[in-house]
Amino acid sequence: MEFFPKIETRNLNLYYGSFSALKNINIKIPPKEITAIIGPSGCGKSTLLRCFNRMNDLIENVKITGEVIIDNKNIFDKNVNLLNLRRNVGMVFQRPNVFDASVYYNLTFGIKIHRLMRNKNKINDAIQMSLEGVGLWNDLKDKLKKNARYLPLEQQQRLCIARVIILNPKIILLDEPCSTLDPIATLKIEELLKKLKEDYTIIIVTHNMQQAARISGWSGFMLLGELIEFNRTKIIFTNPTDSRTEDYITGRFG
Amino acid sequence: MNLARIRERIAFTILGLSTLFVILPIFAIVFYIVKNAIGAISWNFILDIPRHGMREGGIYPAIVGTICLVLGTILFSLPLGIMSAIYLVEYANDNFFTKLVKVSIVNLSGIPSIVYGLFGMALFVIFLKLGTSILSGCLTLSIMSLPLIITATKEALEAVPFSFREISLSLGATKWQTIRYCVLPYALPGILTGTVLSLSRAAGETAPILFTVAAFYLPRLPRSIFDQVMALPYHLYVISTQIPNMPLRLSFATAFVLIVLVFLMNLVNVILRIQFRKKKQW
Ligand SMILES: Nc1ncnc2c1ncn2[C@@H]1O[C@H](COP(=O)(O)OP(=O)(O)OP(=O)(O)O)[C@@H](O)[C@H]1O
Ligand SMILES: [Mg+2]
Repeated sequence: MEFFPKIETRNLNLYYGSFSALKNINIKIPPKEITAIIGPSGCGKSTLLRCFNRMNDLIENVKITGEVIIDNKNIFDKNVNLLNLRRNVGMVFQRPNVFDASVYYNLTFGIKIHRLMRNKNKINDAIQMSLEGVGLWNDLKDKLKKNARYLPLEQQQRLCIARVIILNPKIILLDEPCSTLDPIATLKIEELLKKLKEDYTIIIVTHNMQQAARISGWSGFMLLGELIEFNRTKIIFTNPTDSRTEDYITGRFG
Repeated sequence: MNLARIRERIAFTILGLSTLFVILPIFAIVFYIVKNAIGAISWNFILDIPRHGMREGGIYPAIVGTICLVLGTILFSLPLGIMSAIYLVEYANDNFFTKLVKVSIVNLSGIPSIVYGLFGMALFVIFLKLGTSILSGCLTLSIMSLPLIITATKEALEAVPFSFREISLSLGATKWQTIRYCVLPYALPGILTGTVLSLSRAAGETAPILFTVAAFYLPRLPRSIFDQVMALPYHLYVISTQIPNMPLRLSFATAFVLIVLVFLMNLVNVILRIQFRKKKQW
């Protein structure tokens, strides 16, 4: 392949108890691109995504073998700083899960826990930058003290993205970020992601194949815990190698 | 009307009636107490010491004593209870030992209060040589309150959705930061309610303080935590059973004051809950 991967997995296996949820995954995620992970429900998309910031560690009875390499380091190594890893690999969830608190609190939470800055002016600058980054500054600059839960859903999801990028991550993981949004809001978030890929490596899990086709440069198709095919989105959608990919793309199952 | 509708009606009626049956006696008791107490309630009754073999005067020392005991009990049992509940829910591994501890805690809340009283006497009064004192009484009441506080806190913590912790952890927070900022604030109302319930019980119990702190007749205020005090439930017991020719209205008035005290604690709980909600809304 023609890039140096930002994330690379090597023989990655994951078991929930005795159930094998990821089977020997080898994937190379290109830097500063949008990579889409598609596949039918239950095939392990979220599980794979959650390997990249080690969120699966929280679940009991999970066993992982193999490696996930980010910046030349296996993130499962003992000496990896988990907190910094999660700061560098931000995650946006399906539901816009803002804290039940002010916009300001939501944005400064990460700064507070990582003790990034103390200076009020610097914090305000960071807030402005992150809100501008997600196209919310004009809407929210006078509402920083307002409870984030009363914002429209789309703005909440943008805020969740802003809450991640204020920490200066390298990678942003999104797990079906638009599935609770209406089509117009979805398009707006997609525009935002296209803009963000200039600065960040983005991986998005999506059920929506049009969405994958619209925004991603690379796509991976998963089935029953296996990565069936990984290639440029154009190729996946027009000329897939594997017949199962073709079946899924053309809507014959899933 | 079809059959399903009729059945629904019957079910609702039965449910409503059972609620009524539960509520009615409570109202009846309160009404009865208030009716009999009203003649004896005065500022003098609340602010004076008992006089003439407790047949006259007030119950000021007993009120102060009970307030001391409740405050002391909060001091010991609240931090300890919350901290151990946090440990059990958030940190302890789910092994045999943890399960044993959890089961014991549930069972401890079913132990009769007189057993706590005897235990408190043996441990604090005699073995640790704290004597019959506010300290011994508070410690005994704390031990009695702990299981309820721990259970309530545990349930409140478990009721906080996993997604709250998930966001915080995904942003790189430590477990402790997550508990501190994203779990405890949401569990606090539940913790408070459980605490107030267990403290209401502690305030009204006689048996645990019987051998550890309560004074039969001590018409002055305590000067240190090693003093004995009078306490409302024990005083009520004493004047109702031990004093001949006791005017009945004084017993009722004492019971009334005790009820008001418990009611006030619950009121504080409600006010605090509203306050939390306001603060969150912004
Ligand atoms: N905590 C868990 N314990 C046991 N099994 C799990 C757990 N989480 C997920 N699984 C199983 O692992 C498989 C993959 O789940 P995962 O959530 O990764 O799928 P997904 O592709 O994201 O599905 P969806 O599109 O529905 O979100 C599923 O079969 C699921 O039932
Ligand atoms: Mg999923």
